[in-house]
Amino acid sequence: MNDKKWIITGLVVFLIIVLFPFWYNRGKAVPPPEIKLTDKAKAAKECVLSKEYMKAEHMQILDLWREVVVREGQRIYTNPKGKSFVMSLSNTCLDCHSNKADFCDKCHNYASVRPYCWDCHIEPPKEKS
Amino acid sequence: MDTSRRRVLQLLGLSAAALSAPPVLDALAAGPPAAEPKIGTAKEALTAKQWAMVIDTRQFKKEDDVLPLIEACHKIHNVPKIDFKRWEIKWIWSTHFEHAFTGTTSTRFISEEIAHRPFLVLCNHCENPPCVRACPTKATFKRPSDGIVMMDFHRCIGCRFCMAACPFGARSFNYRDPRPFVKETNQLFPTRMKGVVEKCNFCNERLAEGKLPACVEASAGKLKFGDLFDEKSEVRELIKTNFTIRRKVNLGTEPAVYYIV
Ligand code: SF4
Ligand code: SF4
Ligand code: SF4
Repeated sequence: MNDKKWIITGLVVFLIIVLFPFWYNRGKAVPPPEIKLTDKAKAAKECVLSKEYMKAEHMQILDLWREVVVREGQRIYTNPKGKSFVMSLSNTCLDCHSNKADFCDKCHNYASVRPYCWDCHIEPPKEKS
Repeated sequence: MDTSRRRVLQLLGLSAAALSAPPVLDALAAGPPAAEPKIGTAKEALTAKQWAMVIDTRQFKKEDDVLPLIEACHKIHNVPKIDFKRWEIKWIWSTHFEHAFTGTTSTRFISEEIAHRPFLVLCNHCENPPCVRACPTKATFKRPSDGIVMMDFHRCIGCRFCMAACPFGARSFNYRDPRPFVKETNQLFPTRMKGVVEKCNFCNERLAEGKLPACVEASAGKLKFGDLFDEKSEVRELIKTNFTIRRKVNLGTEPAVYYIV
């Protein structure tokens, strides 16, 4: 039982290391991202499905679209309100949300998710400003 | 608390009864939207049981005759132009008779004219495609609806088994990030990324909009496209009324690209 002091020191060092991030960031909350809508998106009022659904589940619908377009060759999506869309990330989603940096990237960066869509799919050309 | 077996069973039964009461069931079953979204194809989409192409090679005399067709395909599909042979990517290209038809017909002592004629080659969208059997991820698959041998780039892991399996060299591998090699990007079509295989897709994205493949459109009638399994189709008529050959039929892949020689 002579190792007591080493064990205690070890534990303290361990705790300091583990808790350091919490201590370091205490009281600092990163403000949630504010996304900007393009005029076109504002004018459309509603996305393919409700805003709440799209906010939380857009990846599900993108996954469904990719599956049916590529593998089943079905390209038209008609939402419950009867409005039809061509299922295309670059040509439909980004037609309205042409401000990828202020829309997609804002939340993705905040949540630290890195979708690899853009390795192949083409972003709309940057608006000159 | 003394929880006997009997008590647990009673509780289980009760909760099952409670859960199956109509309001609870309704609340559980109610997904977000009430009406179901529908998925389908556009009205103008072109359909077939097995798409096929007939190439009238008699109308191609020199390299200049095929270049616009290759250009049309590669431009709309963002196919990179890489000069270094090993990294080259091609969906459709031209070759000599002896290369296109080795093992199909005799290539000895053929006429000068045929020896110099450019022969367009591309993926044959085989009826019995060995590339599909080789693909471990089903990234390459034969679409049951119209026979197009498709690639799902999302799934391709770049193992290149399909390239080893394809007897026609119809597939190319992206050794490099292709983007810097695409001069003018077509915004409407994706590019590929480093590490995936690509090939001709029979322009399925155009068929879905009611348009013929880009190479067919650019050929001014020298290429015909249609349903092989519809005996009244133009391609069937051409095959019936002309002598046609296909590449390496002895291998049994049943290529769907026919050549009038
Ligand atoms: S030509 Fe090659 S890549 Fe195309 S379907 Fe046949 S085997 Fe597959
Ligand atoms: S390279 Fe891609 S398409 Fe070819 S066999 Fe491998 S996973 Fe399938
Ligand atoms: S059918 Fe389409 S993808 Fe295939 S070679 Fe012709 S233009 Fe290219």
